[in-house]
Amino acid sequence: MVSNTSPAPAAGGAGAAAPAPPPKPLADERLAEIGTLARIMRRPELGALLAAVVIAVFFATQSSLFLQLNGIANWTDVASTIGIPAVAVALLMIGGEFDLSAGVMTGSAGLMLGVLTAEVGMNVWVAIVLTLAAAACVGFMNGYMVMRTRLPSFIVTLATFFVLQGVNLGVTKAITGQVVVSGIDTAAGFESASKVLGGSFWEPYDFRVTVLWWIAITALATWTLTRTRVGNWIYGVGGDANAARNVGVPVTRVKISLFTMTSLISALTGIMIALRLSSAQASQGVGEEFQYIIAAVVGGCVLTGGFGSAIGAALGATIIGMAFIGIQFAGWNTDWRFLFLGVILLVAVLVNNYVRKRAEGARR
Amino acid sequence: MTATTTETARTASGAPLLEVRNVCKYFGNVVALKDISVGVNAGEVTCVLGDNGAGKSTFIKILSGVHQHDEGELLCEGEPTVFTSPREAKERGIATVYQDLATVPLMSLWRNFFLGSEPTKGWGPFKRIDVRRARETMVSELRKMGIDVRDPEQPVGTLSGGERQAVAIARAVYFGAKVLILDEPTSALGVKQSGVVLRYIAQARDRGVGVIFITHNPHHAYPVGDRFVILNRGRLMGDWRKHEITREELVHQMSGGAELDALEHELRRTLDGEGAPA
Repeated sequence: MVSNTSPAPAAGGAGAAAPAPPPKPLADERLAEIGTLARIMRRPELGALLAAVVIAVFFATQSSLFLQLNGIANWTDVASTIGIPAVAVALLMIGGEFDLSAGVMTGSAGLMLGVLTAEVGMNVWVAIVLTLAAAACVGFMNGYMVMRTRLPSFIVTLATFFVLQGVNLGVTKAITGQVVVSGIDTAAGFESASKVLGGSFWEPYDFRVTVLWWIAITALATWTLTRTRVGNWIYGVGGDANAARNVGVPVTRVKISLFTMTSLISALTGIMIALRLSSAQASQGVGEEFQYIIAAVVGGCVLTGGFGSAIGAALGATIIGMAFIGIQFAGWNTDWRFLFLGVILLVAVLVNNYVRKRAEGARR
Repeated sequence: MTATTTETARTASGAPLLEVRNVCKYFGNVVALKDISVGVNAGEVTCVLGDNGAGKSTFIKILSGVHQHDEGELLCEGEPTVFTSPREAKERGIATVYQDLATVPLMSLWRNFFLGSEPTKGWGPFKRIDVRRARETMVSELRKMGIDVRDPEQPVGTLSGGERQAVAIARAVYFGAKVLILDEPTSALGVKQSGVVLRYIAQARDRGVGVIFITHNPHHAYPVGDRFVILNRGRLMGDWRKHEITREELVHQMSGGAELDALEHELRRTLDGEGAPA
């Protein structure tokens, strides 16, 4: 029923003085064509899903191990430790901000856990709580500075990145005399903590427990984004902070919470890695922030905010995990994986750009 | 030339929904507004016209609680009031729709409509947006404004500028606005789109909302307005009911009346006299 609205003569509004008759519905001819396909096409994670399938099939042809449970346990392990922080980074990016300190934060958290347990002799669980609290403070500072100074979060968190990197190296060397803290496994509570955060399950294949955390965090983030008020606010502050503020969204509070959450989840990832290795390197995590951002962008997040999904970021992390391990399984030089990352990022950004332009609508 | 305020007092309760009397606003020693008296009744459109720098923005900001007036009175339903914050104004049923800052383009229609005031169901950690209710309400509210939405998931950015304004207006009306302040809703739009927005303004008016329509275009103001005031350099230049003024007269007044004649005269002489400019 595309009732083509014959534009009223003198659309400038003749005869508005009389009580205007209810204007007939302006049937929008563009809406008529929206079918199931278009609806699916609008999903931000669609591209990442297709890419993941293609890449899985490709590496399966290169190595029979790739799609066996052994192999899957391998690449889901890599994917999970990228994917957990990537989901947080995706939420932050949808909220319109960046966190370049997310990668090095995993290192800081591991080192802090190591120092508190191996050097100070604290119970691992207590050390975990303290580490997470410290990470939350750093995240809060990131958010507070960004909102207070109105500087781009890119610059503010770049500063945090270098500060943390410096602290990681300096403090670790000062305390241990080396660039590594080891001996976390000697502390009380290590057994249980390691089982929950760093262990593995499903005996012969040894899937990492981080995979379960990854799935749970992705599910929680998706629920938050799509079904809660806070999720709606995250899309709002990322899409147009002023418009969101005008309708009563607490923009500052939402953004600072997102920064805090990102640091917290990065730290959790760092703790998981440290517990698995029962040691922490001072250089751990440096450069990984870009992998998180790539995962988020490949998963359909728009760099300028307001669009994206948590499932997409998880899929992006899956792609990175598959590529890293797939290249190894196929027996190629692992140096190629960075080339792969670069190419897939470029493709993803081009696709996202196209999608966003269509969503924003060129006509104003 | 300043008209009396008595004639605005004709609502059922006897007082205009929102009224200012002899309001002044100073920024340091700059007189931003001087002796402004305007009101709006339920189901009426008051058009505030003025060129750039006439004080329109300051005027809106006083009405919407961003600024506070220095002298005079602000009456909300007859009761003297000072809005200390935009939130307070909003709570009293005064909604302001800013030209470009009303909707988030990348978000879907229903998410935009309810942004900041999402309906929820469930409790505790399971408290969630009632998506179905939100969608249905949005569709029916927009239908009342004469917009037929087929897909509540459509991003607002794919709508035309006029339709976006309409979504913002519909939202304000739905959330209980008694007074709707529209800041230049048609200034960025083409002729046809402006017509669409004017139609929505008329819709809001017919639903009993008092509309304050700020614009610099008398051609947009005249068809929809019941009352016209012109601001110039912070002062009230005139105040007419619709039957007191013709469109031509309004255009003439708006463009500065005698000033324009003088300007025309001056321009003609300059062009004749100086020939090619440097």
